[in-house]
Amino acid sequence: MANSVANDAIAKGAIEPGCAKVDPILIADNVTRQFGGNTAVNVAHLEIPRGKITALIGPNGAGKTTLFNLLTGFDKPNSGTWTFEGKQLAGIAPHRVARWGMVRTFQLTKALSLLTVIDNMRLGAQDNPGESFFKSFVRPLWAKKEQEITERADGLLKRFKLDAKREDYAAALSGGQRKLLEMARALMSDPKLVMLDEPMAGVNPALTQSLLDHIKGLKDTGTTVLFVEHDMHMVRHISDWVVVMAEGKIVAEGPPGDVMKNPAVIDAYLGAHANDDLGTVSIDTIKEAN
Amino acid sequence: MDFGLIFNLTLGELIGVFTAAYALCALGLAMHFGYTGLLNFGQAAFAALGAYGYAFATLNWHWNMWGSFAFGILCSVVFAVIMGIPTLRLRADYLAIVTIAAAQALYYAFGTSQFAWATGGSNGLSQFGTDFYSYNPIPVGRYSLGIITLSEKELWIRIVAWALVAIVAVLLIVLTRSPWGRTLKGIREDEDAVRSLGKNVFVYKMQSLVLGGVIGSLGGMVFVLSSQTNQASTWVSNFTFMTWTVLLLGGAATILGPIVGSAVFFMFLMFTQTLLEGLVNIGALPFLSIAQVGQIRYLLVGLFLMLLVIFRPQGFFGNKKEMQFNG
Repeated sequence: MANSVANDAIAKGAIEPGCAKVDPILIADNVTRQFGGNTAVNVAHLEIPRGKITALIGPNGAGKTTLFNLLTGFDKPNSGTWTFEGKQLAGIAPHRVARWGMVRTFQLTKALSLLTVIDNMRLGAQDNPGESFFKSFVRPLWAKKEQEITERADGLLKRFKLDAKREDYAAALSGGQRKLLEMARALMSDPKLVMLDEPMAGVNPALTQSLLDHIKGLKDTGTTVLFVEHDMHMVRHISDWVVVMAEGKIVAEGPPGDVMKNPAVIDAYLGAHANDDLGTVSIDTIKEAN
Repeated sequence: MDFGLIFNLTLGELIGVFTAAYALCALGLAMHFGYTGLLNFGQAAFAALGAYGYAFATLNWHWNMWGSFAFGILCSVVFAVIMGIPTLRLRADYLAIVTIAAAQALYYAFGTSQFAWATGGSNGLSQFGTDFYSYNPIPVGRYSLGIITLSEKELWIRIVAWALVAIVAVLLIVLTRSPWGRTLKGIREDEDAVRSLGKNVFVYKMQSLVLGGVIGSLGGMVFVLSSQTNQASTWVSNFTFMTWTVLLLGGAATILGPIVGSAVFFMFLMFTQTLLEGLVNIGALPFLSIAQVGQIRYLLVGLFLMLLVIFRPQGFFGNKKEMQFNG
């Protein structure tokens, strides 16, 4: 089986929740976050394999986005430590996390509405001397770097098929295009790890295929991808490894084919999707009645 | 009724000192609000600190113009940093609350007799502009600028005030078109997004708060140097709100906007004042007294603002395209 070959290369030892990886880029230990009496995240151990596409799945309220927020410094955990490429990352401010090469996107797209698409992209670049207050007065100090950044941005826009929208305000883009823009913007800094929070949410089916291709394309350039997604077909289609969360804990992980058969996963998902099934049944019943 | 006089007085406001002072304060607010999204409701405090800083250094320490100028700026930098450290990490609303409260606190502190040794209490400070006017190269006399005639001192303060406006405007144009300005605009749109792109949002917001505050202080200095009197009652919250009016008239995220907004605002005030007074004097408005005219014109300003918000919400120079997305 192709899957088992791939997972042999990813996991070190037995495949179980919190298992060690051959080449982890991110290692988290005992990360907990409580909201009031509610434990939103309680991850004992998690390793993200380098150079692979890892999907983080789980029912609503499983703590996926909270875990993202904690790992990227946007939220502070009650306990826990994590390292990125061997460097301690706990307690580091979000902008420094990003500078170290761990860039995230948001579930609710954060396109900078009243900036043009190209300016959104330029903002994604790092180490632009023109972004320092005093240097910004002297154009020759940053004009060259700005030129390079713009060329890089144009290249990415072309890849994401947004080049026609270059001069438009980001607010004028459709929801799916904003998702694309946010992803392209995150890539401006050439991150080592991209964390995508529901990259497909609200994207129309015509665009999802190209988004999927972009995510797969990232792996080819050596970028590690960690993404949160609800759609199982997509997860199966593009991920090398799947981590399943439920009620704040890692309940299962493994290659996509195996994880989907795992009883813990089916449990977690059946619980969350019970309502959906009911909905379908009732619609069918109505149709029959008509 | 002398229409010539009304016309002259109104046009005189175009290059008035207060027009320039408010333009500076509003340019500072444009930096804060228009370009960074910082809600500063205490611009009067920044202006007051510039004014008191200058006057205090001159009167108590006998510093020259440059020293006093630097001290006024320093006061507002310190104030911005003190206010910014606790609030800039929080949501925008907190800055609004803190700035309005701090401005009120400063206003009372400046007016109280407790600190009269430094601030002159309710009498304020006066005669601190000798060194400033000693730099005046214009010989004593009356100078006619077409329709208005000014003394050499009036001319000098106007030249300095408008030169300051020009310098600040050029500086801000350069800054807002640079990558630094782009980062600020990004923060205005969504600071978490900018944070996720590796920018230290707190530092940018602090730089903006300090810069806009310092520009406001320049406005405050210009304001008090024209008459060489500085009174606490000038720096009421009304000062802040008039600055906001000027800013919104012209367009929040523009540089030319606050300048033209200020000119239009003061010309409108002067025009309505003189026109209404003229009408009252000839008995055309029997229901109004001269004393009421001063209040009525602010009603008209309010009406004018409402019309502007309805028909041109982006201000004179704002980008209409930007407004379409704000719904």
